[in-house]
Amino acid sequence: MKIVIVGCGRVGASAAELWDRAGHEVIVLDVSTRAFERLPSSFGGTADRGDGTDEDVLRRAGSEGADIFLALTEGDNRNVMAAQLAVEAFHVPQVIAKINDPVRAAAYAELGIATVCRTGLMVDAMNAHLGFPSSGLPGMLAPSGHHPGGAHHHDQDASPGDAHGASRASDPVPATAGPDKEA
Amino acid sequence: MFVLVVGGGKVGYYLAKELLDSGHEVALMEKDPTRARQIADEIGSIVIPHDGCEGKYLGEAGSNRADVVAAVTGDDEDNLVICQMAKHHFDVPRTIARVNNPKNETLFRHLGVDELISPTRMILGSIEQDIPVHELLHLAALGEGELELIEAHLQAGSPAIGRAPRDLEIPEGCSLFAVIRGGVASPLRPDTVLREGDKVIAIGKQECEALLHGQLIGDPEAATSDAAAAG
Repeated sequence: MKIVIVGCGRVGASAAELWDRAGHEVIVLDVSTRAFERLPSSFGGTADRGDGTDEDVLRRAGSEGADIFLALTEGDNRNVMAAQLAVEAFHVPQVIAKINDPVRAAAYAELGIATVCRTGLMVDAMNAHLGFPSSGLPGMLAPSGHHPGGAHHHDQDASPGDAHGASRASDPVPATAGPDKEA
Repeated sequence: MFVLVVGGGKVGYYLAKELLDSGHEVALMEKDPTRARQIADEIGSIVIPHDGCEGKYLGEAGSNRADVVAAVTGDDEDNLVICQMAKHHFDVPRTIARVNNPKNETLFRHLGVDELISPTRMILGSIEQDIPVHELLHLAALGEGELELIEAHLQAGSPAIGRAPRDLEIPEGCSLFAVIRGGVASPLRPDTVLREGDKVIAIGKQECEALLHGQLIGDPEAATSDAAAAG
């Protein structure tokens, strides 16, 4: 699979290392070349310096024809914009944006972008460990609506988030990736 | 009308001030507490010292009853998200975004932002009108902003001189409809032979511009070297 990762922080670098080792074609983008120091010297993918919210930069990096696009910078809005470019301009079939604000994470899932929200994931990981009920905050959310640009329509039955137990359009409360509260 | 302005830079500050002066209800969100206090001291307690990108604060600011949300921060990605959240999450009828990078205009429009303000394009437009160079002159944006009214001044080196519109490769979705010659405007017919000094008025999609440029102005570098040789 061809995987583009925007943002080479801890999460981006770890995923890049893992998937590179698993044999995928991995391209990592970051505005700072220093961020690439997080990648191991054995990393066989591509690391490019550039702004992931710039359509031309994304094109040069090879977003066209990518199978998976992950927006994992520390800025929620940068991730939202990069992810929407991936959907609208490059028609990448699997796009995930990291959005730490739970309200925005839920809203963009409704707008057709898969979102991952650290806030919900961490709170519920702690809840699970402590035996408390889960929070209802978004964790890993599958897209539950259509993207406003209309260039891309997610097939809900094949949506990637299903594997993570994410929410569906019919769910009033978003489910989370954490263990079930009954577990 | 209740207008929620997000971003307390110079644009946001003057916008809020003008709107207040014309009798509108205004709330201004500014995430930097020092700047927020400064504005509050000057124009009153309409300032919410929080980040308008944060869903929680956008809700608390009353965006669900806002008639207009204007996102005028210096960061395009923030302005996009504020407008999308306002529109899709809080059902705001009208959203306006400042677009700092003209490259983002198409995406923003495509994603449903109602109105775009592009300072870069505005300044560029003014400069072009003042200093005609070997370029197409943008006279106005029409429709939803996808169409442009363009003037091409045919100068020495233009490949269109001595030819008629029917001999030119006019891009699809683009129409050459008038010519100004010696200060007199007349309709441009398919067989009107163009002369040096003519001003051709065209209307067309933004995407057509490059092709139109090639047909009416010519290769910009060749034109410059021509001018240099002549001078």
